[in-house]
Amino acid sequence: MRYILKKVLSMVLTLFVVSLCVFLAFSLIPGDPVTRMFGTEATPELIAQYREKMGLNDPLLVRYFRWFTSFIQGDMGTSYDYKIPVAGMIAEKIPITLTLAIMSFVIMVLISIPLGIYIAKHENGIMDHIISILNQIIMSIPPFFSGILITFFFGVILRVFKPGGFVSYTKDFGAFIKYLILPAVAIALPKAAMATKLLRGSVIEEAGKDYTRTAYSRGNTTNAVLYLHVLKNAMIPVVTFMGMALADMVAGSIVIEQVFGIPGISRILLTSINNRDYPVVEAIIMGIAIMVLVINLLVDIIYRIIDPRIEVEE
Amino acid sequence: MKRFLALFRKNKATGKRNSYLILGCIFTGVILLMVLIGIFYMPYSPTKMDASSKLQGFSFRHWMGTDHMGRDVLSRVMYGSRVTLAIAASTIVIGAGLGTIIGALTGYFGGIFDEISMRIIDAMLAFPSILLSLVFVSLFGTGTYQVAVALGISFVPSFARIVRGEFLRSKNMDYVEVARLQGVSDLRIIFVHILPNTVGVLMSSIMIGFNNAVLAEAGLSFLGIGAQPPYASLGNMLSDAQSYLFNRPSYVISIGVVIVIMVLGFSFLSEGIKRISNY
Repeated sequence: MRYILKKVLSMVLTLFVVSLCVFLAFSLIPGDPVTRMFGTEATPELIAQYREKMGLNDPLLVRYFRWFTSFIQGDMGTSYDYKIPVAGMIAEKIPITLTLAIMSFVIMVLISIPLGIYIAKHENGIMDHIISILNQIIMSIPPFFSGILITFFFGVILRVFKPGGFVSYTKDFGAFIKYLILPAVAIALPKAAMATKLLRGSVIEEAGKDYTRTAYSRGNTTNAVLYLHVLKNAMIPVVTFMGMALADMVAGSIVIEQVFGIPGISRILLTSINNRDYPVVEAIIMGIAIMVLVINLLVDIIYRIIDPRIEVEE
Repeated sequence: MKRFLALFRKNKATGKRNSYLILGCIFTGVILLMVLIGIFYMPYSPTKMDASSKLQGFSFRHWMGTDHMGRDVLSRVMYGSRVTLAIAASTIVIGAGLGTIIGALTGYFGGIFDEISMRIIDAMLAFPSILLSLVFVSLFGTGTYQVAVALGISFVPSFARIVRGEFLRSKNMDYVEVARLQGVSDLRIIFVHILPNTVGVLMSSIMIGFNNAVLAEAGLSFLGIGAQPPYASLGNMLSDAQSYLFNRPSYVISIGVVIVIMVLGFSFLSEGIKRISNY
């Protein structure tokens, strides 16, 4: 329990540091937000009036706490360009990005765990060599290029996939999931390759330890040793990696959404960066940061469950 | 030279060949040669448009075909690889340079400055790298130089972490104690005594970092926030080429293959160098 509490506290502290950094960074860049809002229509009186109204004349720290408290209450400010609340803009997009990340995660787990166990069991076999080479190649293909290759293969050659035919989850949930499968595969592939490699190495390492020999000498079959003894220990580094991978997938979906024309948060983020619409950029970055930190926290907790030794060490 | 060449031959004792090193050298060699030739000679101007020859396939006149504006793809790849490599290199110079200084100082001195900077670095490392570079790009604006700086800064935390760890390990070792007793100044101990001992660790993270930098740059310019048109880096061209996937798939695939060869080459090379002692 103390362990979990410690992790939660550390997460809150990190979130605080992240939010402070994000806020300071966007406050210190040159350019006045009011001038930016009104563009050429800005007059000195208008600017002064709005600066007062928006509280821009207050000290930086006061502004930070105001921003932070209203942010956690769900008020993320107003977009400069669209003049509508940012929260509403991104609220309907977040489920798309999150679904994509979770689907990629599931695909990664489904590919890498059976494959990693299989090639570790048949170490130095023909499949082991083939998969090791394939892994190396897949890891070197950036996800946006594998996305394009997948579009080409399934869209142009097999014609089973219609690029750009995205359906929103509010309209047809089944079609929405179906459209996201290939993008999810594109995100998952390189991570699955790494996880397979890691699991293979980890299983082989654990299999060489004394407790494995003891388990064998008690008359256990290979499968019993593998699934009841080795795997539990071998999974520990893999779980850590997969947690990091899930966090990466949330961010990695930014690029893949662009490849497959999925209207998730990526499109708003990129237009806002290009147009310097800072409240939107700030909100999206904070949103992703919160997701990433929560994922990290969950990984730490799961980690603790599968490896109770951690608490003793600390 | 003889010893260098021996690295590529079969080891007489084990009968094995360091194929990672060989493949790595071939792939990187091809890319570097192409970039080097491109500095002095390009078949066409990378920005010259030609309405009469749009989206042509491979031919002797245009080895890698032409793009949607009739520009020669090979020349653009030569130029784009140069941009990509230059951005990746400056990313590493900035990231490893600043990271080493921060890591060395915090690791050696410790104290409150160490605590604060490690909190910030932990917070930065909690971010996925693409997001971190997007944050900096949105602060600095889009463009080639901005992206190089943005990527460089987002690479600082991981280098700082690694160097700090090395300094923590070495700062109480006997040779450092001796230097301190002899009255050597702290800065001299840091940069002349300890730093050279971290080179091994630093080099392998630079190799990995370079690869990540190539991928990150390609990713950012694929999103349209790296090098701006009419000039292009590889990611930028890939994004252009994607629109013509149905008309001329060889265009997008050939550019993707160049990126893959570049990344694969460097990752083979670093793996090969790591394995030199094993063969």
